[in-house]
Amino acid sequence: MTDTGHASTVGEATAPNAPPMVRIRDVHKRFGALEVLKGIDLDVRQGEVVCIIGASGSGKTTLLRCINFLEPYDSGRIYVDGELVGYHERGGRLVPAREKEIARVRAETAMVFQQFNLFPHMTALNNVAFGPIKVRGVAKDAARERARELLARVGLSDKADAYPAQLSGGQQQRVAIARALAMEPKVMLFDEVTSALDPELVGEVLAVMEDLAASHGVTMIVVTHEMMFAREAADRVVFMDGGVIVEAGPPDEVLGAPRSDRLRAFLRRFTTSRGS
Amino acid sequence: MFGLNWDLIWRNREEFLWGLVLGLQMALIGLAIGCVIGLLVAFARTSRHRWLSAPAAAYVEFVRNLPLLLILFFLYFGVPMWANSALPRDVADLLILDGENTVIAGLAIYGGAYLAEIFRAGILSVGRAFVEAGRSLGLSGVQIARYVTLPIMFRTVLPSLGNTFISLFKDTSLAMAIAVPELTFVTRKFVTDTFQFIQAWTVAAVLYIVTAYAIAAVLRFLERRIRWAV
Ligand SMILES: Nc1ncnc2c1ncn2[C@@H]1O[C@H](COP(=O)(O)OP(=O)(O)O)[C@@H](O)[C@H]1O
Ligand SMILES: [Mg+2]
Repeated sequence: MTDTGHASTVGEATAPNAPPMVRIRDVHKRFGALEVLKGIDLDVRQGEVVCIIGASGSGKTTLLRCINFLEPYDSGRIYVDGELVGYHERGGRLVPAREKEIARVRAETAMVFQQFNLFPHMTALNNVAFGPIKVRGVAKDAARERARELLARVGLSDKADAYPAQLSGGQQQRVAIARALAMEPKVMLFDEVTSALDPELVGEVLAVMEDLAASHGVTMIVVTHEMMFAREAADRVVFMDGGVIVEAGPPDEVLGAPRSDRLRAFLRRFTTSRGS
Repeated sequence: MFGLNWDLIWRNREEFLWGLVLGLQMALIGLAIGCVIGLLVAFARTSRHRWLSAPAAAYVEFVRNLPLLLILFFLYFGVPMWANSALPRDVADLLILDGENTVIAGLAIYGGAYLAEIFRAGILSVGRAFVEAGRSLGLSGVQIARYVTLPIMFRTVLPSLGNTFISLFKDTSLAMAIAVPELTFVTRKFVTDTFQFIQAWTVAAVLYIVTAYAIAAVLRFLERRIRWAV
């Protein structure tokens, strides 16, 4: 359903020449001697859905964590809606921002984790309402009201009072998506959110994400191994390997007509190992 | 029973019971203050900053290697002597405690060191995952400690907390050394007055055991009422 002409035909996504919601410039990151990100450049427009694919260990998680600043990057720049993430720039150098400023930028980039990471001591409803109450200062009643709407949106109206331990993995992940949505973030980051799920639970989570992607109200960066999802929901697919972006483009091109040997090898391994 | 005369002890039952209540009361207040000390020390010990973690570690190591009785003597006899000679009157008065408050302070200091270790293990056991979830929502470090780490930690340490409470409760018997009329002191006084060793110490033992069991039962009940799991 999507192709290159899409941004101009969908009302909510911004025009291609508007400043990007996420701007990543020459980002490097190393863990000790291991350089994990070797100069990443990527722009993501408002409302755009970008899927990142790549073999395990290629740096996908690290890139998401740098955007959310759970991991500080060593050099380069990451801007979210024009604001430099985690640092100030002084005379061309990066100076760490204060904790408060980092927290404020983090609130704009909601992360959905592979292992859900719901707060175990809060009901589904409170998990969703908590961030808006404590971080955004929303009144409790209003936040709970909104949380109910969001739980309904992910199909969990009847689970508002359940604790995470009482929910299936798929349900927990849908609560986690609602929790991220509740922050009304400028960008949502998804890190292999279906990888920890039993196969029969993957569909319900992907359905929620497809619905989100189709609305184009929220900018999404999705690390995934679900090629069907990438093909159908993404505006752009990015292939990472060894800490660099090897190919990026519309799903049809990247997945249908890979140019590099590395991507061809990855896709081949993928289709044979998944048998689809 | 056992061919022994239990009348005398029955007539003095109120003294025994008040002794028990006093012990429980001191243990409970000591535990409460000890929890506050333990929490502060535990967070300090897990801090990245050495100026916080080093003194916290020193406190734990120092106190844990002292007998409680010695701490009580130090607070009851040593501190007043030093305070009277070295400090202005009004400050010294604050530091000179009566017997009961000495025991409470001693239990708080002593229990605090043990609780600090329990809480520290609890804090470390709270998965990085929950902390990161809080961070990525934009919560501050203090908010994460208060709303995420603390409640999850308390859930995991609840059984150890119960054990510590029972230990502190039994340790209140040391208060007899500074003449606080808790159960052990009352019992010994009764024995000295009446020579009814067996009756008195049996009653004291039964009261300690029943109370400790009751504490454990209440805690298990509380634990079961918590519907969430980590
Ligand atoms: N905290 C860390 N410390 C050291 N090495 C790490 C850390 N996190 C990730 N790595 C390493 O960085 C590389 C990239 O990891 P990651 O970003 O998780 O890749 P992906 O998500 O694509 O599988 C891997 O080799 C991994 O072992
Ligand atoms: Mg990963």
